[in-house]
Amino acid sequence: MTNSISEVVDADVILVCGSNTTETHPVIGAQIRQAVNRGAKLIVADPREIPLAEEAEVFLPIRPGTNVALLNGMMNVIINEGLLDKEYVENRTEGFDELWEIVKEYTADKVGMICGIDPEDLKKAARLYATAERAPIFYAMGITQHTTGTAGVMSTANLALLCGKVGKYGCGVNPLRGQNNVQGACDMGCLPGDYTGYQKVANPEARAKFEAFWGVPLPSKPGLTITEILSGAETGDIRCLYIMGENPMVSDANLHHVEQALRRCELLIVQDIFLTETAELADVVLPAACYAEKEGTFTNTERRVQRIRAAVDAPGESREDWIILSEIMSRLGYENSFTSPREILEEIAQITPSYGGFSYDRLEKEQPQWPCPSPEHPGTPILHTAKFSRGERAIFKPSPYMPAAEQPDEHYPFILTTGRILYQYHTRTMTGKSDDINRIAGRSFVEIHPTDAAKKGIAQGDQVKVASRRGEVIVEARVTERVSEGVIFMPFHFAEAPANRLTNNVVDPISKIPEYKVCSAQVQAL
Amino acid sequence: MLNLVVDGQPVQVEKGSTILQACEKMGIEVPTLCYLKHLAPEGACRICAVEVQGVKNLQFACAALCSEGMEVTTMNERIAGFRRIVIELLLANHDADCFSCPAVGSCELYKLAMDYGIEKSRFKRTKKPRPKDETSEFFNYDPAKCILCRRCVRTCNEIQSNRTLSLRDRGVRTSVSLPFGKVFKDSSCVSCGNCVSACPTGALTTKASKHYRSWELTRTRTTCPYCGVGCQMDLLVKEGKVVGVEPADGPANPGILCVKGKFAYRFIGHPDRLKTPLIRKDGVLSPASWDQALDYVAEGIKRIKEESGPQAIAGFASARATNEDNYVFMKMMRAAIGTNNVDHCARL
Amino acid sequence: MMEQVRVVLDHAGDISPISSEEYLRIGGYQGLKKALEATETIIDTIKASGLRGRGGAGFPTGLKLSFTANTQADQKYIVCNADEGEPGTHKDRIIMVEIPHRLFEGMAIAAVAVGASQGYIYLRAEYPYVATILEQALADARRQGLIGSNIMGSGVDFDIQLFIGAGSYVCGEETALLDSMEGKRGEPRFKPPFPGVQGLWGRPTIINNVETLSNLPAIMVKGPKWFRSMGTERCPGTKLFTLCGNIAHPGVYEFPVGTTIRTLFEEVGGGCPRGKKLMAVQTGGASGNIIPASLLDTPMDIDACAEAGATFGAGDLMFMDEDSCLLDVLENLTEFFEEESCGKCTPCREGNTQLLRLIREFRNGTAQEGDLNLLLELSNVMRGGCLCGLGQSSPNPILSVLRFYPDLFVENSYRKGDLAYA
Ligand SMILES: Cc1cc2nc3c(=O)[nH]c(=O)nc-3n(C[C@H](O)[C@H](O)[C@H](O)COP(=O)(O)O)c2cc1C
Ligand code: SF4
Ligand code: SF4
Ligand code: SF4
Repeated sequence: MTNSISEVVDADVILVCGSNTTETHPVIGAQIRQAVNRGAKLIVADPREIPLAEEAEVFLPIRPGTNVALLNGMMNVIINEGLLDKEYVENRTEGFDELWEIVKEYTADKVGMICGIDPEDLKKAARLYATAERAPIFYAMGITQHTTGTAGVMSTANLALLCGKVGKYGCGVNPLRGQNNVQGACDMGCLPGDYTGYQKVANPEARAKFEAFWGVPLPSKPGLTITEILSGAETGDIRCLYIMGENPMVSDANLHHVEQALRRCELLIVQDIFLTETAELADVVLPAACYAEKEGTFTNTERRVQRIRAAVDAPGESREDWIILSEIMSRLGYENSFTSPREILEEIAQITPSYGGFSYDRLEKEQPQWPCPSPEHPGTPILHTAKFSRGERAIFKPSPYMPAAEQPDEHYPFILTTGRILYQYHTRTMTGKSDDINRIAGRSFVEIHPTDAAKKGIAQGDQVKVASRRGEVIVEARVTERVSEGVIFMPFHFAEAPANRLTNNVVDPISKIPEYKVCSAQVQAL
Repeated sequence: MLNLVVDGQPVQVEKGSTILQACEKMGIEVPTLCYLKHLAPEGACRICAVEVQGVKNLQFACAALCSEGMEVTTMNERIAGFRRIVIELLLANHDADCFSCPAVGSCELYKLAMDYGIEKSRFKRTKKPRPKDETSEFFNYDPAKCILCRRCVRTCNEIQSNRTLSLRDRGVRTSVSLPFGKVFKDSSCVSCGNCVSACPTGALTTKASKHYRSWELTRTRTTCPYCGVGCQMDLLVKEGKVVGVEPADGPANPGILCVKGKFAYRFIGHPDRLKTPLIRKDGVLSPASWDQALDYVAEGIKRIKEESGPQAIAGFASARATNEDNYVFMKMMRAAIGTNNVDHCARL
Repeated sequence: MMEQVRVVLDHAGDISPISSEEYLRIGGYQGLKKALEATETIIDTIKASGLRGRGGAGFPTGLKLSFTANTQADQKYIVCNADEGEPGTHKDRIIMVEIPHRLFEGMAIAAVAVGASQGYIYLRAEYPYVATILEQALADARRQGLIGSNIMGSGVDFDIQLFIGAGSYVCGEETALLDSMEGKRGEPRFKPPFPGVQGLWGRPTIINNVETLSNLPAIMVKGPKWFRSMGTERCPGTKLFTLCGNIAHPGVYEFPVGTTIRTLFEEVGGGCPRGKKLMAVQTGGASGNIIPASLLDTPMDIDACAEAGATFGAGDLMFMDEDSCLLDVLENLTEFFEEESCGKCTPCREGNTQLLRLIREFRNGTAQEGDLNLLLELSNVMRGGCLCGLGQSSPNPILSVLRFYPDLFVENSYRKGDLAYA
């Protein structure tokens, strides 16, 4: 997030796009609603009529996969009606002409057709957003999990820049990260091309710095992404895979392919707190301590570093991840010097400019947001207030709309979109252990519009078969107008009927994120 | 800045501060029941009565604003007598069967009664409580213990902003209820439990709280392990087991949690947790010692690295592990193994 | 019967309540015209008149207007409190039924004074036929350009809308009234902030009683000096007095403030029916003090009432003859408050129900040692500790009876020794 969570209560207009916030980030959802209670106006763009849509001033039930068209359309209206922040665009951005070159095509009428919405609603949304003093954009996987995810992300930024809403209180472009520490894992350099704090592997200076600091030579070639690693495993190029605390056997797209890849791996090491679907395929399983049994830090979606603390002992012989990893490193001939997470953060702070100001002592008293380069630095609640990471000016990076990789056809006439629900989390390794939660939301389902259900002879609660080119699952039908005609929705949490057996593992060319949010499917009554 | 005197001590506060805020600043405790830090003062329970010199009536600290030169007294016989009547009034229609109450030890009404030396109210019960609602999976509601402080209702409506709880009827018949006579189970309740966390008495209690008394607990401040909001919370631990969670006031969470943070903690000490390393032998995962397992891993990695180079090895770090764990993981992949094939499910 | 002094009710009943033309014919809307011509001086004029609120609290009206006039806001409101929930009272209804244009004119004057463009009349739910009259009269005034946009060709906009109340007594309390208008459960708010600064939807809002507002036109036309020629020094003008209970001629009568209760009882009301003797009078409404017949010479004036132990309130007088039982009366009154408490603050919600229980114990002769003490302790807590006027004043009848009839509680109580506490 460019801005802080707590700012949302002061917003005048809030644009929520591709985020079912009250279910996936409930405490932010609650704060959005607080803002609405105070009179803020809400714009919601989502293929499903999510709970926030009920409170929206404008609800845009867009066809899945059409975010870029929507955002381009809003910009088209804003520029046409002169609602852009001319001064900001002039002083702080570059590439306006290129932007106009692309968005000029996206008239309200055309976008209405592409997205399946009323052009008047689009105009209303554009005007509301552009003319508001404080207007944050919130988005989540509904923007990113597409083959055009990067274009979607860029387009949200374009929109905010166009209206001068970056670097200002109560505004910004605010992606909501799905898992508790995705932000931290990225910051820590668990990315094939980045060391900590986004210092680039490809940058010789950065590499030299890490080599000197760690005292070993480092590979210069950026590594492979998850999707590439799994493909590599399938072809035999990747022979050993070490998985710490992830469950791709439920979470990744096209599970059939994931399973094949993992089975082909010669040495599959899984380190986790439970024997997950993935661990069941492993050659070695290493038992780890969970968050309640150890010291450490998480970085939340607003870049805030916060402590976790040990409350209970880890069960049996399970150990903290860093201890297990250090043991292995030492067996591989590399000795770490640290003896506690406190010392690890010290090392991170030394080598990571944006984390330079963090230490366990400081985090007892305050929890600043990075960039926080020194112990004296107060942290950065709002990014880009005076400068952008690349310099004085931000560049507009416009993209044309491109349809999703898979389009409905006569065999697979529905668009399947996936997501999360309030009561479950991710692959349920954790939430699924609570009986009370499972009694409320223990089984998977597919949402289908009443008209489609009637056509297919499906009634509320029926078991139905949902199939895509990659596989099929059997789930309970929920007949509801939350989804539009031609669209079906499934949560991805449930290993018994995994939505990701159906999803398409075709990825965005830049971010490598699979298109979880759109694939073609068919539904049949059993 | 305003200068005032509270209980004979001078204090400076910002303009717009309430008397309660001034007292908090000085570490002077003034009892409250309806006060919620994140919301405008309700001024309804009247327990925070204090005296302001030159003002005839008692003033209510949670809502009364400080003014320059004000002299405040937070305790004297008049104030104590006033508060005693308020407590006695609340006790009259409160089922004080503390012996079997899950809130015993943390009940604010009980504490007030003890602090003001009230063993029994001189008033008598005048109303029949409404029936209990135990239909939520996570908590129970017992109207016979409700003191109508409204913290739950305001938390649900104004902080959680879910509008599930409301007040029904008026006067002494007022009760906290769900619209249309619904029960929790078939209402719009999202099970965040924030009303329960807000309740000062045993009226709203988690089902789990039957199994612990507050004095048996230790509390550990930590960060929620679920979504990216990063809510701050306290783990409640009894005899080495996490038995509950309470919201803390974090920069990202104004004293609230969602159902996952509040109630999905059972996995922590779950019997299915992995307790020993496992190595696959003859197709089955079998228990092994740490040394065996670590050697097995290290040997395997070394062998493959020798045969196919470090590029044949890859690792998935975790969007759920700590920064420290992830850092060490990434360092292992790069410095100890020599590959940049490290990624995690950043894309989910 | 004595001749009334008609200011608020001048010409009431003589003309059609709907027709603005008829009201104009008797000199109506001249006060507004003057106000529009001399906007700056309206508040000074009202201040100089010494007019005080007629809804019960007696707050100086000019001062109230000046607070709102001095608060900056994008929007301000005038709300007329026509909730009239006091049992037995219908003085506001008479104004609205017989001469509503005077009220509209008064509201418009107040609006011009503070810079409000929207007014509301919050009308008691039990007055549906009054609503019909008001709607017709408003429509007529709008047609004549007396309210709406560009009133009287002045370029000033001011419109009035009717709002039907929520049907509870406490909604007459000004902040509960605002909550009720905002669609919430009508409950009093903590003050400050006062409505004059932060009222309806957070905007500065003037709330005045029907009678108060209906005084403004004459003050504007005839001036403060004329107004001060009636009533008392600290509370000039006339008042609508409601006479009810055991009285030969119950009704609403307009007389100068300061007229004695005896005059109202004997010369206006014609004394108790059937030649019964008067025992006591409840002054100022359901939460007013009950005084014995010996205090009949008390003038109905805010200060004089306070001094004598009576209540001015909204000018209600309920007469009780020799056959009345004061404990029954107290029980009825306390039942009313128990019923009407909104339930927001502890002392009122829990206090009135306990007051009622205790009164019943005394009436039934089952009171225990300590009950009288408890009754007093509780009453005092409620008076100083309730959030709004309802709870603060609900013990008044009890306390006044304890004061003027100390033997009553002893005779009926279980142990006579309790008298010591009174
Ligand atoms: C419980 C309660 C009920 C009230 N009911 C009324 C009412 O029905 N009409 C009214 O004018 N004022 C009523 N008031 C007084 C109002 O709060 C307020 O003081 C009044 O409307 C101010 O107008 P005034 O200054 O013109 O008297 C009530 C007050 C309380 C505490
Ligand atoms: S249930 Fe608890 S929080 Fe809610 S009003 Fe009653 S006592 Fe207060
Ligand atoms: S309590 Fe809920 S909203 Fe807060 S971090 Fe946990 S999962 Fe997210
Ligand atoms: S005094 Fe009574 S009516 Fe007034 S706020 Fe308190 S409970 Fe409500």
